Amino acid sequence: MANIMIRKNAEGGLVFYLPKRDIEDNITSIEFDAPEKWGGELKLANGGVYYIDPIPAPARLPISLRAKRLDGVE
Amino acid sequence: MSEELTRERAQALIEEVLEVYPEKAKKDRAKHLMVNDKAITQSKKCITSNRKSLPGVMTQRGCAYAGSKGVVWGPIKDIIDISHGPVGCGAYSRGGRRNYFAGTSGVDSFCDINFTSDFQEKDVVFGGDKKLAKLIDELEMLFPLSKGISVQSECPVGLIGDDIEAVSKKKAAEIGKTIVPVRCEGFRGVSQSLGHHIANDAVRDWILSARDEQPFEGTPYDVCILGDYNIGGDAWASRILLEEMGLRVVAQWSGDGTLTEMENTPKVKLNLLHCYRSMNYIARHMEEKYNIPWMEYNFFGPTKIKESLREIASHFDEKIQEGAERVIAKYTPIMDAVIAKYRPRLEGKKVMLYVGGLRPRHTVGAYEDLGMEVVGAGYEFAHNDDYDRTMKDMKDATLIYDDVTGYEFEEFVRQLKPDLIGSGIKEKYAFHKMAVPFRQLHSWDYSGPYHGFDGFAIFARDMDMTVNNPCWSLFKAPWQKPAAAEPEQKAA
Repeated sequence: MANIMIRKNAEGGLVFYLPKRDIEDNITSIEFDAPEKWGGELKLANGGVYYIDPIPAPARLPISLRAKRLDGVE
Repeated sequence: MSEELTRERAQALIEEVLEVYPEKAKKDRAKHLMVNDKAITQSKKCITSNRKSLPGVMTQRGCAYAGSKGVVWGPIKDIIDISHGPVGCGAYSRGGRRNYFAGTSGVDSFCDINFTSDFQEKDVVFGGDKKLAKLIDELEMLFPLSKGISVQSECPVGLIGDDIEAVSKKKAAEIGKTIVPVRCEGFRGVSQSLGHHIANDAVRDWILSARDEQPFEGTPYDVCILGDYNIGGDAWASRILLEEMGLRVVAQWSGDGTLTEMENTPKVKLNLLHCYRSMNYIARHMEEKYNIPWMEYNFFGPTKIKESLREIASHFDEKIQEGAERVIAKYTPIMDAVIAKYRPRLEGKKVMLYVGGLRPRHTVGAYEDLGMEVVGAGYEFAHNDDYDRTMKDMKDATLIYDDVTGYEFEEFVRQLKPDLIGSGIKEKYAFHKMAVPFRQLHSWDYSGPYHGFDGFAIFARDMDMTVNNPCWSLFKAPWQKPAAAEPEQKAA
């Protein structure tokens, strides 16, 4: 589990940031993207896959969360 | 050397330089050296950074205390920074960065005074908490106009487990001032970079939210300058441009900054981030907690300044955008004159850089404005996100070196024969002795400011002064010169 931050970039896409590992990359897909359920598996442009517990969609970004690494580069 | 630096040549050079290392060291160092390839968007595929330096090599890195006290906390002018521990760390790091401030030293400003608890053996054995409490009382008596105190831990404090947080809290309540304990013991992390992070976190936890509930007369044009340490007056040269275009600079972090400014920062509309490496942490935090967007900008060289001014203005309304154009129109003729004067003298010269957090990539634009070419760049303590940014700004086939060792850097310079090296004080005299023009780019070689339009004029003059200085040809002793070139001279 690691602390991560999800923010929006200028183009409106989601950006994943893992300070401990200096990983900052665009999120290419998010498993759940509905107002009542948001999160799940995150796929990154660098091939990494992370998991965050689904929560109601945050009112605004950025948001700090705990994430689990499932696959991909570290 | 006149021959063009190609990818093959740069790669061969890296192989050649690595040849002297033992097998294990070679494998490790190879990961930190690369030839730039613009096609790669992710630096981690080709360069490793922010790793422990190899034992036995000469590294130029500092420690976490250097990053916290020297870089982030030191320039805040009305806070007294106690170097808590033995006397050396503070004494040897005092004032070297030339963070200018407006104020009276020892009365309301304390940047250039060294405060230390001067640990002795008995403090290590019995703990230094009592001494810290006494020191804070003394400071309060001697310097009553200070706005706050920060306790910058040196190594022993962490090793013996002193509770500086408890002392700070108790004393803060007693004297009614902000006292911030910073756990920046030198052994933490691999370089000063972690010290920046720890310092940012301390600001976040102990200072940032202090005025959240208080009223503040804001304007829609409030901005904050993050990561400008006012070296030789840099932040002032940046600030006047922002103010000229109609923005209101509420705070400077941390060059010539004050505690009050920092506490007011959560009220701004936009955070402007110059040194990404040392202050991105707090910018990200403010974005999350206070919904303040942040952007990186670059105030080195007219091309990049113009780009940055327009980008900053794009976050605001037409009034500011007009202001940006007005500022650009005002300074363009002045800058054209500077370039017309110095470019012919500097055109085609090659530069190698090895500095800290942002300069290896940020100054590239300024050198290019002068017609110079950066053939090699590297950082002491960058992370991969810095290299992501660097690779975009550099030309293909530029040599990139992370945490370069003394030997590697000298060897690269011997082979590439740059016309100018920009690096720190530890490299300066080695290269002077090799008769290579050198600028100390950490504190602008006792010159500056280099930021902003005004700074560029000084930058251009300094580069010319260094590169075209006649002294570089006088380094060979007369008896080492080829005999033919030497005229007969009578002994004096």
